[in-house]
Amino acid sequence: MTITKSIEIRDVIKFGLLAGVIVLSLSVIGFIDLLGTRELVAGMFTLGHIFMLAAPFGMAFVSAGKVSADEKNKALGYGFLIGVIAALPLVVLAILATSFDIRQFLPNVSPSLISLLTFGQGLTVGSLILVVVTGILGLLAAGLHTLPDRFQHPLITGLGWMLIAGTFSEILLGRVRAFFGRGVVKLIFAGKALNPIAALIIFVLAAGITYWLDTRAPKKEETVEDIKKLQKMTKIRIGLGILLLLVSPLILGTYLTEVANNVGLYVIMGLGLNIVVGFAGLLDLGFVAFFAIGAFAMGVLTSEGHLGLGLTFWTALPFSVLASTLAGVVLGIPVLGMRGDYLAIVTLGFGEIIRILALSDMLKPYIGGAQGILQIPKPSIMGFEFIQPESLFYIVLLGVLLAAFISWRLRDSRLGRQWMAMRDDEDVAEAMGINLVSTKLMAFASGAFFGGLAGAIFASKLTSIFPHSFNLIVSINVLSLIIVGGLGSLPGVVVGALILVGLPELLREFAEHRMLIYGALLIVMMLAKPEGFWPSEIIKRELHAHEEPEPVSSD
Amino acid sequence: MHVLSTTDVTKKFGGLVAVNQFDFDIPEGRIYSVIGPNGAGKTTFFNCITGFYESDGGAIKFMGRVLNGKSTDQITRMGVSRTYQNIRLFSNMTAIENILVGRHPHYKTFWMEAIVQTKRVLREEAEALEEALHLLDFVGLQGLGDQLATNLPYGAQRRLEIARALANRPKLLLLDEPTAGMNPNETIEMMRFIQRLRDELGITILLIEHDMKVVMGISENIGVMDFGTKIAEGTPEEIQRNPQVIEAYLGRGASSEVL
Repeated sequence: MTITKSIEIRDVIKFGLLAGVIVLSLSVIGFIDLLGTRELVAGMFTLGHIFMLAAPFGMAFVSAGKVSADEKNKALGYGFLIGVIAALPLVVLAILATSFDIRQFLPNVSPSLISLLTFGQGLTVGSLILVVVTGILGLLAAGLHTLPDRFQHPLITGLGWMLIAGTFSEILLGRVRAFFGRGVVKLIFAGKALNPIAALIIFVLAAGITYWLDTRAPKKEETVEDIKKLQKMTKIRIGLGILLLLVSPLILGTYLTEVANNVGLYVIMGLGLNIVVGFAGLLDLGFVAFFAIGAFAMGVLTSEGHLGLGLTFWTALPFSVLASTLAGVVLGIPVLGMRGDYLAIVTLGFGEIIRILALSDMLKPYIGGAQGILQIPKPSIMGFEFIQPESLFYIVLLGVLLAAFISWRLRDSRLGRQWMAMRDDEDVAEAMGINLVSTKLMAFASGAFFGGLAGAIFASKLTSIFPHSFNLIVSINVLSLIIVGGLGSLPGVVVGALILVGLPELLREFAEHRMLIYGALLIVMMLAKPEGFWPSEIIKRELHAHEEPEPVSSD
Repeated sequence: MHVLSTTDVTKKFGGLVAVNQFDFDIPEGRIYSVIGPNGAGKTTFFNCITGFYESDGGAIKFMGRVLNGKSTDQITRMGVSRTYQNIRLFSNMTAIENILVGRHPHYKTFWMEAIVQTKRVLREEAEALEEALHLLDFVGLQGLGDQLATNLPYGAQRRLEIARALANRPKLLLLDEPTAGMNPNETIEMMRFIQRLRDELGITILLIEHDMKVVMGISENIGVMDFGTKIAEGTPEEIQRNPQVIEAYLGRGASSEVL
């Protein structure tokens, strides 16, 4: 990958300083220090180190890509330089912090931060170590970039898996203990972190498997044969995936299953909003309204308290979903003529109206106002109650699979094309014979359908609902996750939900920085990968056409 | 029988009369061109026909049925299709998908059937795909079907836009400057292609065009528009000799010099 403009020494200094300033700001806000408490590999490095070194590493890697391929030494030299320069702002910080009392301006610059930055070796030696370490890392990063793909890919994957295993070592430890007992735990972990040998083994295994898979992967040639093969592979993969999902509560344990359930609810909502925003291009900022309506409908219909009607979950489910779908149509009618920003503002208002209505005195006799609805029963089938997260998982999974299946079929149908045509150019879509009114209402209704489904499951899962669970942040979360995953992409919704809902749940100790990470992630995403982590693919229809079965003969 | 006939069609934007009591008739199977200086109201007139604008007066009849008051999608379903002066494809969809969208009015299955994929849906989709591939061939874009519309070269985009309009299965096709921005070779190809549309598919064609070679080369009838009014109508030969037309294009006094 050679980019037309090659870089000069001036750019190297710029990149280095940029990396330094990124780490500096992360340090000053206390982020690095906080992460420093989480050990990845026992006695060796913490998550703080990773974040401290990630920026120089990344910068060196990127800039190595801008040096032409035949100048390897130059790339390596630049990488080293970037690493060294990136350390300088941190050294300055360390010097300042030790010579003056700067904590009154920057309360987060604590002695433990400085100790982390200087590897606990005191100012002079530590600073030197820091410069050398970042320099070597820059060198390694540049070296990694000059490697051919078949080595580079396994190495990066191996590194990634090791970091993931390290980051979530505590969770991993819990699961290993549950399955293999304490003996095995002692082999792999030291304290709560991975022990160095285990980390190395994970790295080697992941890299090795990736290397092996890469050599086996078919070349990307678009012949009919290959497509058939790929289709078969995809089917096998989907089958295996579903099988894995079915047994996953056993593997994951209660806590992780609970996290998975929350992710699942957001996936259902994400799939719904994906139809509205991703397919039909109608920016909806009040999606939480449908979630709330589904939840409150479920609450009112099933609650065993004085507010409820006492129906069962399964009887109430269709009505709850119907209620939110109708709400989708009702919201759709007034906004038919609106586009873009105007639509966003109106839907934003709609979301708030529903929340405030739920809080209002007017509806208090029916839905309980701020006290909400309590005593909502959990779902049950023939006497079996879905009480534990492990059993509720299957209800959520059912919802996710239903939503995914419907989304997938609709996307590839005429209706899906109507939506996408409308998204691309409303006027022309109309000129192609598409009725905009029904197409838009269908989009709002389908989106609301899934929102209501998620809400209904949510109410039954929590057994009590309160208006404050349905505020704007839910809408923002759902919108963000489909953007992060890739607008219009179905697997993207799952990826987005895992990143934006699952990850913060697992990294609870960083909850106070959650919004910061969110914002940074979105900005980086939009700059580096605007199409999302898993963008929707172009469907190859012309190539497929030659191998698709003949149309069923009409009889 | 007239495919399209308008009487006294008028469209005003505030004080500006963009189309002023325009009336004309297009017999079936003709290639009819509307010409006129920039801003004469040609595209506005197109928009009145397709229902994008509602005309302020007059009647528009298509195959004997009144179009006034009908919405754009209804008019398309009746058999009037169009292309745009500045190409307006669905740029984030593939070429095939663009054509499939154009075929939209001719689907009969209900959306719920698509979720369970009934046999009817599968058959309909297969038929639609076959027809789309055929159209792709017809406009000479075979092999480009899986490209995103936005990635196609300019000339291909123009052709794709026509293919999409053809998927509507129109009886009347409105082409708004189909050769704009093309080089002489491409223009000649496009002229032949437009003639094929009429000869092979039997579609009546209403054309807006600035290139006089195209207009004089393929149209059987020409209507000349200036300041929203029809100032002349006739065969290419008649129009070329019409002093009013020459005046509209070249200014007063020019007609006497030319003739």
